Amino acid sequence: MDIKNLEKEQNEGIESLPSDERRKFLQMGLAVTGVFLGGTLLSLTSVSTAKGRNADPAIPADGQYPYTKHYGMIMRQNHCVGCEKCMDACVETNNVQIGHGAWRTTIQERLTPLDSGREKREFRPILCNQCNRPPCVRVCPTKATYKDPETGIIVMDDKKCIGCKTCMAACPYNARYYSHAKHAIDKCNFCIDTLLAAGEKQTACVTSCPAHVRVFGDLKDTSSEIYKLLHKPDNKIWVIRPDCGALPNVFYMNA
Amino acid sequence: MANNSLTKIFSQTEDTRLATPGINWAMLIFLIISIVGLGLGASSFIVGHEAVYNNTREVPWGLIIATYAFWAITSTGLCIYAAISHLFGGTRMAIVSNRMVWMSIICIMAAFATIGVEIASPHTMIIYNILSPNLTSNIWWMGTLYGIAVGCMILEFFGLIKGFARFAVVFGTIAAIAEVFANSCLGGVFATLPAKPFWYGGQLPIYFLTAAFLSGAAATILFNYLAYKIRGVEMSAAVKSAMHSAGKAMTLVLILYSVATFWRLIMFFVGGTELGRIAAEALITGPLSFFFWFLEIGIGLLIPMILIIIFRLQNVAIMATAGFLILVGQFFARYNMVAAGLLVPGTPGWDNAPTYLDYVPSLIEWAVIVGSIAVVCLGFLIGERVFGKIFDQKEHH
Repeated sequence: MDIKNLEKEQNEGIESLPSDERRKFLQMGLAVTGVFLGGTLLSLTSVSTAKGRNADPAIPADGQYPYTKHYGMIMRQNHCVGCEKCMDACVETNNVQIGHGAWRTTIQERLTPLDSGREKREFRPILCNQCNRPPCVRVCPTKATYKDPETGIIVMDDKKCIGCKTCMAACPYNARYYSHAKHAIDKCNFCIDTLLAAGEKQTACVTSCPAHVRVFGDLKDTSSEIYKLLHKPDNKIWVIRPDCGALPNVFYMNA
Repeated sequence: MANNSLTKIFSQTEDTRLATPGINWAMLIFLIISIVGLGLGASSFIVGHEAVYNNTREVPWGLIIATYAFWAITSTGLCIYAAISHLFGGTRMAIVSNRMVWMSIICIMAAFATIGVEIASPHTMIIYNILSPNLTSNIWWMGTLYGIAVGCMILEFFGLIKGFARFAVVFGTIAAIAEVFANSCLGGVFATLPAKPFWYGGQLPIYFLTAAFLSGAAATILFNYLAYKIRGVEMSAAVKSAMHSAGKAMTLVLILYSVATFWRLIMFFVGGTELGRIAAEALITGPLSFFFWFLEIGIGLLIPMILIIIFRLQNVAIMATAGFLILVGQFFARYNMVAAGLLVPGTPGWDNAPTYLDYVPSLIEWAVIVGSIAVVCLGFLIGERVFGKIFDQKEHH
């Protein structure tokens, strides 16, 4: 192309720019401004978003899902009002024997003082992150806890659990507890043996949430809401304790 | 028939000097304490662990796991020193190595007894450790290797009694190798958990092995000192020389271990994650500071170091005192390590979590620990009474 002719070309604008092109541009921006600087120091573009999906190993790249159905959950964190309906639904559906710190999902709360003298109150739902590289599965001496090869959900084989509690110490999310009723460790399993086994498509905590905080689904299904939220370029996605390298399948965003 | 042959063996090994009412009473008292202490722990199988132990969802381990680690590490140390003496001979410590093998078996038994009342379903472990092994699990390797080690040590000890030198050396060597790997895996149980930055990292398994050499040397001196004390006889020059060698080893490892402790803590204050630094602060200024400064550092490292510097390993009683203090310090070092890693909430800032979670061992947890100490005391006396003759040898194979 003759460079002198460039000025005669009509500007196409950015309105019709496909998201793939934008992502490539952002990636280029990262490379130019220097990945070694963390990619955020000099870049004038929304690099944190680009880095989140392209450079942050905790967020899966599109198509990198090793299971037949790869279930995950996205929490739209700022929608949560802490009503705890999800916790009640979980207890009822999965027959969680409450007491002695027994829960499969809970809501964490944080108060942050503001300059105005008031406090900002935030809620954060948490449950087993069904990690791709789960510390609990690695440490279990008897394979009592394992990744279901069909769904990627981490499940328990109660009869094999020796109650050593190493998985509890290993979990970055405090997602496990010892169930005295089961004589084994208990944990969230995305309702695999209750609702999913009955043909339902959603977990108890998802259907009970009045604020549509939790989005559950198959990350491999490109038409699913979770897929779209996770891969929408503008969405800033994060995970809890990415430093542990567990590659969780529960993601967080504000929407 | 079997009874006759056992009687024959024991008649060749027993030390009749210890067939006294005093020793018998002591053995009975230790037996009662161990049954009561471990029995209180075993009550958890009936009333539930949550009813008797103060562990929680957030702090799933505590004093009992620390005690298990302490006995297991001490057993490893004793086994290694004994194996080195048996394998290479010629070392001054060889003369007391049979006693070290016996006490290594006893210490690992105390460790098994302790963890036996901590694990919620130990019967399941016996079945599924074999039927469904997870080869990526440090716990599986640790349990399996300690199991192999204790089996080999029992065979080794049988060889020592019967005078099968080669047999004893082979199984003693296998036992020592298994103990080293088991000890390494015990360190790995903690060191491979990124969720707990205070534990995570390559240093811990080496740190545990260093602790084994320290505890093993300290235990060697203490048990030999006590063995002569209860008989009311003087150590021979050769045994004194063995104690001097063990004292040298203890001093050297005491220095190495102190250096490792220093750097291990410093690392948390020059970078790394916030959780690791908060855990280290639990020891320096936080809820574990008394246990750390007074018991782990003061009693367990500084005072023994001062005793060694002043008395220059010349006095066995002083060395035994230093050894005892080191073992006390090592016990609390294990507790501090376990507790500091778990007292820090995993997601600070959320749920108005305190900087440090609340965990104080229950009285029954302490009873289990006293019970495990009684197991070791009882095992020591049984060993001296039944096998005393083979514990000190003038000449070694």
